[in-house]
Amino acid sequence: MPSDSLCFEANHLSRAFGHGRRRRLAVNDATFTIREREIVSLVGQSGCGKTVLAKMLLRLEKPTSGQLLFRGRPIDAAADPREHWRQVQAVFQDPYAAFNQFFSIRSQLKAAFHLFPQRPSEREMEERVDQALLAVNIRPPDIEGKYPFELSGGQMQRMLLARIFILRPQVLIADEPTSMVDACSRAGILEYLMKLKEELQMTIVFVTHDIGLAYYVSDRIFILHEGQIVEQGTPDAVTQSPTSPVTRQLLDDIPSLHREWIGRAPRA
Amino acid sequence: MTPILEVDRLSLHYRTRFGGRIHAVDDVSFTLQKGEILGIAGESGCGKTTLVSGLMGLLIPPLHRTTGAVRIAGRDILGLTPDEARRTVLGREVSMIPQGALNSLNPTRKVKDLAADVIRSHDERADRSAIHDRLRERFTKIGLDADAVLDAYPVQLPAGTKQRVVIGISTLLNPKIVIADEPSSALDVSTQKAVIRLLFDLLDEGIVSSMIFITHELSLLRHVSSRIAVMYAGQIVELGTTEQVIFDGRQPYTRALMGSMLSAEPGQKARKPVAIEGAPPYLGQELHGCRFAPRCPVAKPDCAGRDQVLREVKNHWVRCHHAE
Ligand SMILES: Nc1ncnc2c1ncn2[C@@H]1O[C@H](COP(=O)(O)OP(=O)(O)OP(=O)(O)O)[C@@H](O)[C@H]1O
Ligand SMILES: Nc1ncnc2c1ncn2[C@@H]1O[C@H](COP(=O)(O)OP(=O)(O)O)[C@@H](O)[C@H]1O
Ligand code: SF4
Ligand SMILES: [Mg+2]
Ligand SMILES: [Mg+2]
Repeated sequence: MPSDSLCFEANHLSRAFGHGRRRRLAVNDATFTIREREIVSLVGQSGCGKTVLAKMLLRLEKPTSGQLLFRGRPIDAAADPREHWRQVQAVFQDPYAAFNQFFSIRSQLKAAFHLFPQRPSEREMEERVDQALLAVNIRPPDIEGKYPFELSGGQMQRMLLARIFILRPQVLIADEPTSMVDACSRAGILEYLMKLKEELQMTIVFVTHDIGLAYYVSDRIFILHEGQIVEQGTPDAVTQSPTSPVTRQLLDDIPSLHREWIGRAPRA
Repeated sequence: MTPILEVDRLSLHYRTRFGGRIHAVDDVSFTLQKGEILGIAGESGCGKTTLVSGLMGLLIPPLHRTTGAVRIAGRDILGLTPDEARRTVLGREVSMIPQGALNSLNPTRKVKDLAADVIRSHDERADRSAIHDRLRERFTKIGLDADAVLDAYPVQLPAGTKQRVVIGISTLLNPKIVIADEPSSALDVSTQKAVIRLLFDLLDEGIVSSMIFITHELSLLRHVSSRIAVMYAGQIVELGTTEQVIFDGRQPYTRALMGSMLSAEPGQKARKPVAIEGAPPYLGQELHGCRFAPRCPVAKPDCAGRDQVLREVKNHWVRCHHAE
């Protein structure tokens, strides 16, 4: 259950890129709150500003105007950014970019323990890596001695999730964490993530274009369009009585098993 | 009618640094007809991308052929060296839209240079202005603002445009077969729809004649492909028409895939997606018996000990001796 205290609070938050005539607002006047232990999904077309917004929550991008509070304090006031990153962890879009191509996967997963103030024993680290791998549906021998380029796209993306399962953060920002993961593994990963969320009382911000995913996991969904939050609400409200034409279009474009989608039959 | 592509009992393996073998594709057979879109679905790591390397004749170590053949218009392309394959197969016979295509374009070069390379790789004497005209014509045809896009660097383009550019470049030489490896899973639903429209247009315009569409989204295949092959642990476990596989799947794994889908349709939330317990088998060892047995919700005592073959059930192909 989400609590009443606020994890994030944004007031008229904007982020612009470019100067003069080329100036564009990637995030435009966003006002919202995210409560502790809440799961919020940011949904929208590509380029709508999801990642920029997520990066501001992570203190990786500075707002050009407006205010952003984390647990009641302005984010940019924190002296050491690492303090913020100890509390807020992220899984980012491109799994290949997130891992170093020259080190084995396993050693990089173990390196996650460096972020802990106290490293567990060698044996416990190995065990926790194995546990995290199984949670993302990968058999430990499948990655034994392997480097990032030796895994498939979906396997690589699951390594990122495994790292999160090792780190067990309180606040997680996940940018398209399952875009390359197949439906079966995704269902399993979500199940595990939901369990972990209960156990650790996590707050999670999902950035996704997958409304199915957002619908299934979120307490609330924010629909973004051209930098603006055009709709916020519970999954049922957003999908069943959308108020914005943007939301209606998005829902309409979901390929469904049960209705016409692209106006022509598959080719024989 | 002779098929445009014939995959005949193909097995491929990766050699590991420790002298072992990973059998990523095992005894895969299917055909592709002219004008057809074949969908391939399956869990990540099941061998889809490896299969694609084989279909392009690109056996680059550590990937090797174990047995079998890939024939395009009767010719076995796996007999070619990677160099010959690059010259005579890639781009003209088969072209691929790679997984993670959005990042596949060299960011340091303009789109027009990337595209010109493709033409020059097959026609060294083509002159600049002829190439430029050809690029403009093609990019306009696929709905791009040709002048602006050709002069841009890949990073300056929005995701949907970038994906169109990748598709435009990979089909410049009018390949007979286009293989799209998860072309749209990194895109939002609206952009995805536009990309699929574009692929359909390429077929309608006769720029390409057949397509293989790889995705883990069965609900998307329902609208895209005429037949579907479901893969599990390197093998095809079900092959039939889209209707048969999606609405009347006979192989327990296919059914499990269907059951794990997430949907934002009204009334669907009550239907919790069911994960399949466990992980697929490690492909670096000899496997005996049904590969799905440890995870199969309807496994019987005789399954684990019995190798499964594709057999005909309800007018299509199923790898499960209990299916009926
Ligand atoms: N560093 C930057 N410099 C200039 N423009 C930027 C920068 N980062 C993002 N943008 C622009 O801001 C807008 C929003 O980008 P963002 O990456 O947040 O989109 P997104 O919703 O995450 O899209 P996708 O689903 O493709 O990842 C885009 O128009 C993008 O081009
Ligand atoms: N270069 C490689 N060396 C060793 N194993 C590999 C290599 N590339 C892929 N594999 C393995 O082959 C199997 C199939 O991979 P892949 O074809 O990429 O799967 P998919 O595209 O279906 O996700 C996986 O088990 C993967 O780890
Ligand atoms: S052979 Fe047995 S274990 Fe394998 S899919 Fe069929 S029922 Fe399941
Ligand atoms: Mg993004
Ligand atoms: Mg792949």
